[in-house]
Amino acid sequence: MRFMIIVKATKDSEAARPGTDEMFKAMADYHEELQKAGVLLDGSGLKPSNHGWRFTWKDGKKTQTDGPFAETKELVAGFTLIQTRTREEALEWTKRFPNPGFDDGAIEVRELYSLDDFDSPEIERFRKMEMKSQQ
Amino acid sequence: MAAGPHRAIAAVFNIERPKLIASLTRIARDVGVAEELAQDALVTALEDWPENGVPEKPGAWLMLTAKRKAFDLHRRKQMAAQKYNELGRDMREEESSTPDLDTALDDDIGDDLLRLIFTACHPVLSQEARVALTLRLLGGLTTDEIARGFIVPEPTIAQRIVRAKKTLAESKVPYEVPHGEELSERLATVLEVIYLIFNEGYAATSGERWMRPELCNEALRLGRVLAELAKDEPEVHGLVALVEIQMSRFAARVDANGDPVLLLDQNRARWDRLLIRRGLEALTRGYQACERLNRLPGPYILQAELAACHARANKAEDTDWAKIAGIYGALGVISPSPVLELNRAVALGMLMGPQAGLDIVDALAKDPALKNYYLLPAVRGDLLSKLDRKDEARKEFERAAAITQNEKERAVMLRRARTSS
Repeated sequence: MRFMIIVKATKDSEAARPGTDEMFKAMADYHEELQKAGVLLDGSGLKPSNHGWRFTWKDGKKTQTDGPFAETKELVAGFTLIQTRTREEALEWTKRFPNPGFDDGAIEVRELYSLDDFDSPEIERFRKMEMKSQQ
Repeated sequence: MAAGPHRAIAAVFNIERPKLIASLTRIARDVGVAEELAQDALVTALEDWPENGVPEKPGAWLMLTAKRKAFDLHRRKQMAAQKYNELGRDMREEESSTPDLDTALDDDIGDDLLRLIFTACHPVLSQEARVALTLRLLGGLTTDEIARGFIVPEPTIAQRIVRAKKTLAESKVPYEVPHGEELSERLATVLEVIYLIFNEGYAATSGERWMRPELCNEALRLGRVLAELAKDEPEVHGLVALVEIQMSRFAARVDANGDPVLLLDQNRARWDRLLIRRGLEALTRGYQACERLNRLPGPYILQAELAACHARANKAEDTDWAKIAGIYGALGVISPSPVLELNRAVALGMLMGPQAGLDIVDALAKDPALKNYYLLPAVRGDLLSKLDRKDEARKEFERAAAITQNEKERAVMLRRARTSS
């Protein structure tokens, strides 16, 4: 199972304010633990939203908007991708995630879809069975 | 707690278990005793945590609790024996440092984990025992899970593990990481165990289930852990690269009916790009380690390079067959084998046409080692069918179907036989 730990942006991360040495150390230690346990798959910090841009569709029409974006708490400042055997193990690992912000910080954890969620042979078979039973 | 306290505690324990056993084995000098001590610590946590809350550092708490139990056990033994022994000296050193929550995890756990891996894969054990013990001690799989993975009765696995622990104790296997020349030999054994676990899951040799993802993922995880512990060893990175890249094709390896899809027919859009990238990075680390040690690439790096050749090709037609044939040649130099030669024949067949491949395969047909190897007739059938020799091809596919133990492979061969007439 794969989970994405999404680090939410703060006014500090949006201002590109560098973390303290302790914050960097805590983050590095945590990721080192993940790596040693064979749990870490990927991860990166993101530059503030003034380096980014957006495309939005309204009534099918596409518009480009350049950053920065106002709704800081909804923005993403980084991610860590992990793989665990169970949901409980993922929960336990994410409990150990250090506060990514100065005082206020937030992470959000989401499970990734795997291909199996859509079209494993078993699911394909179930789909076929369902289709038959509905006919 | 959303998952209920017991499941949450079990999750903590699963994460900490290998580290606990690794450290406790150093103290108790017996993996069986270490496993029991770790289990005792879990029981204590199950009693304590729901009442007093989960500690701030659950891993350190478990370690400290288990170590205290180890000291208690030792004291009782000492009272019975009324003498100090070698075990005692290590104990007293541990004890005099009076562990607390902050130092309980400060010992170099990495060294202990590496010792535990080498112990579980010790040559005094049979290969089956190494695999079972590694999955039990380092993977934390239950005997039932291991039994299901390998399709053997649960008591067989339980017996195997009990006997393995006994053998280790009786042989007085030292708890250490081997040095010098012994290291590369012993490391090869460890890598073999991990790859065996992977392969058992990836290409099941019997039974209806084609793949067992749990075993694959566990092998991948063990490989990643080992790569962190033994960064200087090129072949560890080679193994990880090989397993990451092979695993990247997991979803593409079967079709909607659960039948195997050959590599060249796979939908490459379904290959996992993240695992491919990780595999290629591991391969680079392997080459770098080779350079540092002034060593030639070993068999795992070469096999990973083979897998990488396929992974780098966006379309099957883009495959660098010349390079692949060359790598099979290099692998054959390290340890000649008719199976490698068969694979080289496939590559040359792709590079220079089916007749070139068939010439090599025909020379191999008499090799007694390939007598019951279903891929020999399968490959021969494929080359013959490309040369439009349909009748001969059909006979080969039928022969392959009769040889293979895997029902899915048999189905593929029978289908090819049907379409070759």
